[in-house]
Amino acid sequence: MPDTAIAEAPAKAATGGNILQVRNLEAWYGESHILHGISFDVKAGEVVTLLGRNGAGKTTTLKSIMGIIGKRTGSVKFNNQEIIRATSDKIARMGIAFCPEERGIFSSLDVRENLMLPPVVREGGLPLDQIFELFPNLKERLNSQGTKLSGGEQQMLAIARILRTGASFLMLDEPTEGLAPVIIQQIGHTIARLKKEGFTILLVEQNFRFASTVADRYYVVEHGKIIDGFSNAELAANMDKLHTYLGV
Amino acid sequence: MQALYAQLLVGLINGSFYALLSLGLAVIFGMLNIINFAHGALYMMGAFVAYFLLNLGGINYWWALLLAPIIVGIFGMILERTMLQWLTGLDHLYGLLLTFGIALIVQGVFQNYFGSSGLPYAIPDELKGGMNLGFMFLPIYRGWVVVFSLVVCLATWFLIEKTRLGAYLRAATENPTLVRAFGVNVPRMITLTYGLGVGLAALAGVLSAPINQVRPLMGADLIIVVFAVVVIGGMGSIMGSIITGFALGVIEGLTKYFYPEASNTVVFVLMVLVLLVKPTGLTGRAA
Repeated sequence: MPDTAIAEAPAKAATGGNILQVRNLEAWYGESHILHGISFDVKAGEVVTLLGRNGAGKTTTLKSIMGIIGKRTGSVKFNNQEIIRATSDKIARMGIAFCPEERGIFSSLDVRENLMLPPVVREGGLPLDQIFELFPNLKERLNSQGTKLSGGEQQMLAIARILRTGASFLMLDEPTEGLAPVIIQQIGHTIARLKKEGFTILLVEQNFRFASTVADRYYVVEHGKIIDGFSNAELAANMDKLHTYLGV
Repeated sequence: MQALYAQLLVGLINGSFYALLSLGLAVIFGMLNIINFAHGALYMMGAFVAYFLLNLGGINYWWALLLAPIIVGIFGMILERTMLQWLTGLDHLYGLLLTFGIALIVQGVFQNYFGSSGLPYAIPDELKGGMNLGFMFLPIYRGWVVVFSLVVCLATWFLIEKTRLGAYLRAATENPTLVRAFGVNVPRMITLTYGLGVGLAALAGVLSAPINQVRPLMGADLIIVVFAVVVIGGMGSIMGSIITGFALGVIEGLTKYFYPEASNTVVFVLMVLVLLVKPTGLTGRAA
């Protein structure tokens, strides 16, 4: 997918230390043991993508960081603070925002209420006019019921509403799933723009052609473990390996 | 004609209590997924708290309108924290049985100390007397109950449907996990919601004290009809609860005038008809 706007975005070198440090993270859904010791880092300002097949544990990794999975062990440090035992509302208040795979648009709320729902957790969130500049469609549909939007618009709303909150670390779970190419392109622009604004983004993607247009680094998840990791520059050299990992 | 208007007024009064109680039930069901069978007992407690405030503390009706919902609401929040919260994720049946048990215990304790007959609660001086409207005589207290209940119902509707706090509530009703992951303390919100629903019941109890006397079983008698109202209106719809509450009170009143024999059953007949035609209730959203 050629994308000039993204090529223009400076491939800013990751600066600063690790904003997120995950060590030996294990997680369970009821009796089933899903994560078997995930370890990886995300540096401030980076876009990092978790790749892997369906059921590998990518979504569970995001949910465990967010504190949504009930039983989890190991260590997750955000800004050097241990959050493995924190509840999800506390974790959100520390500045992590989550956009779930199923998007989580509320049907009993209109678009405006959906957009304004997440509480502001700190200063520095995007002002509304910038959000509407990124997603002009939303501005026209503010009074529609949340779930009356198209799939693409719902995805935009799901991303837009976490940009207001001042959280600087965003976790996006398969933001391109089931969307038309032109919408995927718009989401790609958005991620590049957010990176420029200084957001740190942890992305889960099946579509690594899309991921390659936005990511600085990749980790490959398989059977609840990180089995490989490389930078975007090393992507070409790792293509064969990646095809094997992902079975594509 | 006088008799018809009188029955209409009685219907509106009963409708006020139906609306306040079913509104609380709807709010609680939406947020906690619990069919609150203790609602009638908490309504009764509201009336008793007003009675105690007056007779033990010399605190008048107007303060009771404010204090009784708060006191009973706090009692409700303690119930939620210590018992109901552990039922999260379990079948509805558990919540129904637990709250039914709570209702029996609370009513039993009050019956033990106060028997089954009613204790008097005087109409406050400001609301004594009546007005001749030309076509009927309106006791001022009864008019007050209808108007005040309507205002409280509409204020609750506004709070839930039109404010930011209400948006949290509606969102958490749909997906509590995600709302919590946005940084909202959902467990605390659930406790407060239960307190709100219980407070509405207690408020209805205070309003009813001067009309129906204060009796340990006053709620047990009423709650069965209120559940029928909720089934007809549809669980979980705020405006639906309010409109159905008032409407059924009026229908009951009219039946009392036109065909008194059916006045106690008309609500249940309607419930059966609604269940046959639209099982989610008149305003209920399909699950």
